[in-house]
Amino acid sequence: MTKAGLRSKDLLGIEPLDPSEIELILDTAESMAEIGKREIKKVPALRGRMVVNLFFEASTRTRFSFETAEKWLSADTLNFAAKGTSVEKGESLLDTAKNLEAMSPDFLVIRHSSPGVPHFLASRLKTRVINAGDGAHEHPTQALLDAMTIRQRKGKFDGLKVAIVGDIAHSRVVRSNIWCLTKLNAKVTLCAPPTLMPVDIESMGVGVTSDFEEALDGADVVMMLRVQIERGGKMAFPSSREYFARYGLTRERLRLARPDAIVMHPGPMNRGVEISSEIADDADRSVILSQVANGVAVRMAILYLLAGGSPQAWQEKA
Amino acid sequence: MAESVGLLRKAKIMDADRMERAIVRMAHEIAESERDLSELALIGIRTRGVPLAERLARTIEKNEGIRPATGSLDITLYRDDLSTIAAQPLLRKTELNFDIKPRVVVLCDDVLYTGRTIRAALDGLIDYGRAKAIRLAVLIDRGHRELPIEANFVGKRVPTSSREFIKVMLQEIDGADETWIMERG
Repeated sequence: MTKAGLRSKDLLGIEPLDPSEIELILDTAESMAEIGKREIKKVPALRGRMVVNLFFEASTRTRFSFETAEKWLSADTLNFAAKGTSVEKGESLLDTAKNLEAMSPDFLVIRHSSPGVPHFLASRLKTRVINAGDGAHEHPTQALLDAMTIRQRKGKFDGLKVAIVGDIAHSRVVRSNIWCLTKLNAKVTLCAPPTLMPVDIESMGVGVTSDFEEALDGADVVMMLRVQIERGGKMAFPSSREYFARYGLTRERLRLARPDAIVMHPGPMNRGVEISSEIADDADRSVILSQVANGVAVRMAILYLLAGGSPQAWQEKA
Repeated sequence: MAESVGLLRKAKIMDADRMERAIVRMAHEIAESERDLSELALIGIRTRGVPLAERLARTIEKNEGIRPATGSLDITLYRDDLSTIAAQPLLRKTELNFDIKPRVVVLCDDVLYTGRTIRAALDGLIDYGRAKAIRLAVLIDRGHRELPIEANFVGKRVPTSSREFIKVMLQEIDGADETWIMERG
């Protein structure tokens, strides 16, 4: 029997992963995807295990996707949203987490608006911690589901030209995607108005431009990012109409990319701001709904792979 | 072939010719036991049950003129020891491209030992629907059952001690058709 494993008890980001660990997660996710096509969408692999979903920040897709993954693997789930809990009474993050840990969950899935919160908890708790997005730092499961979608459509990463366009400055998705895609040898070009492009991001091993047409030229994958109005993204340009005129993905612009280029978006979309409805709904080019379906498979793979081994052993090692 | 650590080859119990004869006989027995061969489906348990199911299906087709449906089943997510082993077993794909409900399914595996793999396979298969019947075909039955499970079609019964281990090698995976008794060194 071939054994498979990740080196860490937690999934905190893509940055610490090896290319071989990424490939293992993607291969496992491909096997998991089949469960979603069955009449009975449930396997007993995580029966008797408990997952706490700790979401301190709004989320629809990611939270539902994790919950679906947990249910399909037969885990028990506890859902925590900051509203209506003792966080409102002033309980500290660590106290909240320690109290939840006293109920012996096997996994903590956490989203928080401050970068590093999952790392902070992972180093203090025995429970396995999965980062579901921390501030503008990382969103590892999103990058993995993007990689899975790209691999399904393109069959490889080596030399693939990926253009990531939009609000780079406020995006955790882009940081995780840069680490993921460059580890797999894809060629990444970032494109944003200068006000939404972080200084010195070239040092992550990517090309940078503010010219959308240049970024699209010959691209195999066009990944559009949402303008993050809630993180101050709208201060960076005069109006949504002007943004769309310069950086919106339209049919005409997409002609600059390769004829078989796919269009991705992590959602939620601002139609008519970063992407036209015509492209978003074009089933031949847009893989946005495959991304969502693959998200469940990727999260199942991570839960399954992290479930191996015992947290006690990691504790002794540490 | 990479030998498992600490296992030594003790005796070759089947060569390619013997294995082929056993498979041909099993194919005849399976065909004889079913009234309607169009209902038959052979489902191999990963890893070595899969080529075994394919060979049985080919042999049935040669003899009877009807090729039964074939598929593969990965039982990893149904194992009863997932929480006790250190690293997770590698998950492979289950491929069942037909509805199992109107079928008589023959599960195929290389070795029947404790019966726990078959228990997991039954649980897995039942999640795909209520087959008309489920039967079991194994190339080697080595005894030592820990569950009340028996095979309907057996290539060879081999009495073994629990210190021993049966290694079935198949052309499709191992590059040769041989069956060995191995012993811990």
